[in-house]
Amino acid sequence: MVSVTNVHMMGDIEVMGDAGLDYLRGQARIGARCAVPATTNARCIDFAHCDRLGQDPAEVAKERELIQCLRRMDVVTTDTCINYQTVYQPHLGEHVAWGDTGTVIYANSVFGARSNFESGPAALAAAITGRTPDYGFHLAENRRGSFTVQLNAKLDDLADWGAVGKLVGEAHQDYFAVPVFHDYQRTPTADELKHLGAALASYGSMGMFHFVGVTPEAPSVEVALGNRQPRERIVVSDGDIQRVYAGYSLGDGDPRLVVFSGPQQSLFEMKRLAALFEGKEVKPGSSCFVTTNGAVLAQSRALGYAKSLEDAGVVILEGVCFYILQNLSPMRQANRWTNMVSNSAKIVNIIGAHRFNTILRRTADCVDIACSGRLK
Amino acid sequence: MQRTIEVTQAFGPVVEGEALVSEEGFSPRYDLDRWSGLITKPGHKLEGRSIVDKICFFPTAKGGIAAGWAFYDIKWKKIAPKAFIFGVTNPVMVQGAVFAGIPITAGWTPHPREVVKTGDWVRVDPARRLIEVL
Repeated sequence: MVSVTNVHMMGDIEVMGDAGLDYLRGQARIGARCAVPATTNARCIDFAHCDRLGQDPAEVAKERELIQCLRRMDVVTTDTCINYQTVYQPHLGEHVAWGDTGTVIYANSVFGARSNFESGPAALAAAITGRTPDYGFHLAENRRGSFTVQLNAKLDDLADWGAVGKLVGEAHQDYFAVPVFHDYQRTPTADELKHLGAALASYGSMGMFHFVGVTPEAPSVEVALGNRQPRERIVVSDGDIQRVYAGYSLGDGDPRLVVFSGPQQSLFEMKRLAALFEGKEVKPGSSCFVTTNGAVLAQSRALGYAKSLEDAGVVILEGVCFYILQNLSPMRQANRWTNMVSNSAKIVNIIGAHRFNTILRRTADCVDIACSGRLK
Repeated sequence: MQRTIEVTQAFGPVVEGEALVSEEGFSPRYDLDRWSGLITKPGHKLEGRSIVDKICFFPTAKGGIAAGWAFYDIKWKKIAPKAFIFGVTNPVMVQGAVFAGIPITAGWTPHPREVVKTGDWVRVDPARRLIEVL
């Protein structure tokens, strides 16, 4: 086992169901308490919007009870999948036990911290005991790169970074495959790495990447590979990215649902969206959702970004992610949504069980689709 | 014709059931309607098929943290498969299966497509690291 300093756990009624809630009640009843700081991932109910969204009142009540159970155990209910941007940034070599895959790949890759994918119950156990099994990405030998990816592409939009994650992840579906990105021509931002990591973890179930000259365990390709030969060398070009966008079927052409979520939006994403929606309006009959956490929303309100978005008809959901919303399939049916358009490659991949036809588009194109009602 | 598959890692009791063999990976979040047990992701190679009470063969795991709670939930709802047989898996699939008491294996020789097809009756014996087509 290895001691951990921080835990991030998934726990919401949509994924846990009655069985999971009953388990939590039992843990709270016997007095289980966190031994280390523990936070929660995005949840499935936005209490301010649940009626409008048609979320089931009985499930809303269960979500409230679930939150109370977690708080009794001293879990800090942050309700965010971007804890790494807003709550806690572990340092190089720090062992943590995180869940939501996007948080884990960011911790391992960008911070050089050490975590495996921890399921909700496993993360809770780590929080209560302060330790987790010492395997996988806690061990140096599993953190070495296994193949290289030359980035011969501009990657001007967050969606482009998700497209890279899709291309690389889909072709290497292996938790222990660790790509080493190299030869990119500028410094990527935190939001760009966030979309890259979220997509790699989603399409490839990957827990770590290196980015030469950017991430702390990759001063060079050779060091990132642990001085081994890569088992494969691939190149991603602008043409490859274009082919990703061209590969999405437009289905029946329904443009009425545009989503900025999965992961939740950072403050800078909110700022950019506010600028893109300035002076525009979501087309009547269409719906555009943005999800973020409470901290980012509070600052977005103070800075006017939230007002710009809401004036344009965008609905901002707090503490949730769109794809885990309770009652999403009935919501889709009630609204007769067939397509979902997003700039997040992760959500485009993950929402399929709810029978959406999904389409990845660049951020400005998503805004244009939301406001014009024309899907292209 | 060979009638057995050796697996690398395994957990759980011996179970028997009908095989459901997928050429595509699996996530309970991405692919499964967790209220009916049907694969509902459009275009999934098992779209429309039920995993309930099946011995499910998947080459890879997709995603995902959700399996940890989701397997416990579908077991409670009585729509869980009898076992998960993965080529390559991830920690959450294992944590979820163990937490829910669903047998799970990882790594296989030979590839199931050479031995078993959907509808075959198979026995999973985790302690012996063996899957047999009966």
